[in-house]
Amino acid sequence: MSFSLNFYSIRKLLNIKRSKAFITNSVRLQSVQHAAPIKRICIVGAGPAGFYAAQYLLKQLSDCAVDIVEKLPVPFGLVRFGVAPDHPEVKNVINTFTKTAEHPQLRFFGNLTLGTDVSLEELRERYHAVLLTYGADQDQELKLPNEQKAHVVSARKFVAWYNGLPGAEDLQPDLSGRDVCIVGQGNVAVDVARMLLNPLDSLKSTDTTEYALEALSRSKVERVYLVGRRGPLQAAFTIKELREMLKLPNVQTLWRAGDFKGIDADFAKLQRPRKRLTELMLKSLGEQSTKSATESRKQFLPVFLRAPKSIFDRNMEFSITELQNNVAVATNATEQLPADLVLRSIGYKSSCVDSSICFDVQRGQVFNQRGRVLKDAKSQIVDSGLYVAGWLGSGPTGVILTTMNGAFTVAKTICDDILSHSIDTSAPRPGLDISGKRVVTWAGWQRIDQAETQAGKESNKPREKIVSVPEMLNIAGV
Amino acid sequence: MCVCVCVYTIDKIVTISRSRLQKMLVMNTIRNSALRSGWLLNSLRKQSPSITTRTFSLGLRLGQQQDTVNVTFVRANGQKIKATGKVGDSLLDVVVNSNVDLDGFGACEGTLTCSTCHLIFKTNDYEKLPDKPGDEELDMLDLAYELTDTSRLGCQITLTKDMDGLEVQVPTTINDARAA
Repeated sequence: MSFSLNFYSIRKLLNIKRSKAFITNSVRLQSVQHAAPIKRICIVGAGPAGFYAAQYLLKQLSDCAVDIVEKLPVPFGLVRFGVAPDHPEVKNVINTFTKTAEHPQLRFFGNLTLGTDVSLEELRERYHAVLLTYGADQDQELKLPNEQKAHVVSARKFVAWYNGLPGAEDLQPDLSGRDVCIVGQGNVAVDVARMLLNPLDSLKSTDTTEYALEALSRSKVERVYLVGRRGPLQAAFTIKELREMLKLPNVQTLWRAGDFKGIDADFAKLQRPRKRLTELMLKSLGEQSTKSATESRKQFLPVFLRAPKSIFDRNMEFSITELQNNVAVATNATEQLPADLVLRSIGYKSSCVDSSICFDVQRGQVFNQRGRVLKDAKSQIVDSGLYVAGWLGSGPTGVILTTMNGAFTVAKTICDDILSHSIDTSAPRPGLDISGKRVVTWAGWQRIDQAETQAGKESNKPREKIVSVPEMLNIAGV
Repeated sequence: MCVCVCVYTIDKIVTISRSRLQKMLVMNTIRNSALRSGWLLNSLRKQSPSITTRTFSLGLRLGQQQDTVNVTFVRANGQKIKATGKVGDSLLDVVVNSNVDLDGFGACEGTLTCSTCHLIFKTNDYEKLPDKPGDEELDMLDLAYELTDTSRLGCQITLTKDMDGLEVQVPTTINDARAA
C-alpha cells in the first residue's frame, strides 16, 4: 500500500515538473507573439466539419481565437441529428468536439442564424476569416408529379423526425401500410430501412425520440424496398451497413437473382472494397433459398436497375434501366412496386442562406477552389478570407473520415493563407458582438446536455432529446 | 486484492492528471484505457490470483520495462515518432497515451465504427500478428484511404511482448504535405 502511494507521489512530482515547464513555454510563446493581433476566425455551423476545422486551427495557430456560430441552440449537427440512434459509437466523436469546445480560445454561439440574426458581411468585417460549414439541409427531388403528396416523405426529414431535429417533430409519417418504397440506396436509405425493420426493443435503449418510438410501435410496415437506378456493382451503401441489415433479427433480406446476371465477368477487376461488398451480396443471395422457410414476417428487398417514373397512391412505377458506361439508361419497360409510403433518399443539397455567397444553385453547394470560396464562378477569382468546408463545399457524400480530412485540409489552407499574408491580419478585428442577442453559450449547452441526460436516465436511454427550441433556450437560461 | 484496486485507481489518476497537460487528448480514450487497464488487471487476477502477480504488475508500472513495448510510427514524409506502450495496450492506446501527434486518429475511440486509426504494417509483421482481422474490421478498412494488403486498424492490435521494436506506417495525413 505504502509502496504504491510512494509511486503515486513520484509520478505526481514528475507531472508537476512537467506542467511547470509547460507554463514557462507558453508564457514565452505569448510574449514573442504579443505584437501581432489575435487572428479571429468565425466558423458558421457546429457540425463535424466545423469542429474538426476548429480543432486544427486551434492546434496550428497559437494566436488565434475561433468562434463557432450555430443556428440551433445545440451543437454537433448531423452527429446529433443524422447519425442513426442505434449507432451510438459513431457519436463518440462528440467527446473530441467537446474537448475542442472547451479550449479557452473557442467560443460557441448557439441560436444564431446566418442571414437572419447576423449577415455574412458583418461577420467578414468582424473576423479575419470566415469558414462556412453549415451543411446541406435540403433534398434532391425526384421531380415527378405527385411528389408533394402526403405519402411521399423525404428520408432526410424522416431521419430528422426520429432524431429530434427541432421543426421535424410534426412529420407524422404514415406507417399504417405494409409496404414502404425507399428510392435511393445510400447509407441514409439503409439507415431508414433499418429503423423501420429493427425490432422496437433494440431502439428503446437508444436516444430515438419518444414520439418516434411511439409511432414506430404502432407501425404496420413489413416490407421495405430499397430501389436504385444502377446495378449491384454501383450500390451506394457501404458494407458495414449491409452486414448490419443482414444480421437484423426476424428480417429476411431477399435479392433478385436477375439483378446479378453477368456480375461474375466483372468481378475479378474489382477493387477490394467493391469486391467484398459484392461478395457479401452474392453470399446473401446464395443463402436466401435455404433461408426462405424462416418465420420472419419482415422483409428487406433491394431492387436494382429501376429508375423512378411515376408516383401513385399505393404504388410507384419504375423504368427498367440498362447500364451503359456505368450510367443507367431507361428502357421502355416498366415495373410497379407497392408503396404505401415513399421515402425519397436520393441526396441532399445545401441552401444559400446569405445572398452574398457565390452559390451553385444547380448542385446546391458553394463555388470554391479547395475550400477557398470564389467571388465569381466564371472568373475563378478567390474571395479572400472566405472559406467553405464539409458538405456545403464538397456535396453530401462520404463518411465522417471524409468530412474530417476535408475540414483539416481547408483549415490548413486558412493557416497557409494567414502565414503567407494572403489574408490581412495586421489590424485587430473585434469578433462578434452578441449583446442583445439570445445566444446559447457552451455553458448553456452543457445545461441542456445535463437536462437531456438526466431525463434519459428514467427510461434507460443515453438521453431524452429536447426538441422544442423555446424549452432549450429556457434550460440554457437565455 | 486491495493493492490491485489501488493500482488501478492510481493509474487512472495519473492518466487524467497527465491529460491536463496534453491539450488535445481524446477524453474518452482515457476512459477506454482506464477500462482496459482494469481489464488487464482482472485477467491477470484470473490467471494467477497470487500476491506475486500483483506485485509484478506494480513492478512493470514502476518502469522496470519488463512489459513495455516500443513502437515507431512512421509518417508518410518519413518522420519517425517513437512511443512506448504496455503489453495489453492497443496501438490506439499508445497513440493517445503517448500523445503521438496524429490529427483525428481514433475518432470513434476504438469502437470499430471508423477507419481513422488505419496503420500499414510490414508484410513480415503483418503475418506475425496473432489475430487476423475480422469482417467488421475489414469492413471499416474498406473505407480507409491508402488501403493496402497489410492494413489494420490500430484499435484492434493488442501489444504483445514480441512486438517490441514494431514499426508501422501511418497513411498520409494532411500535415505531411507541408513537411515533405
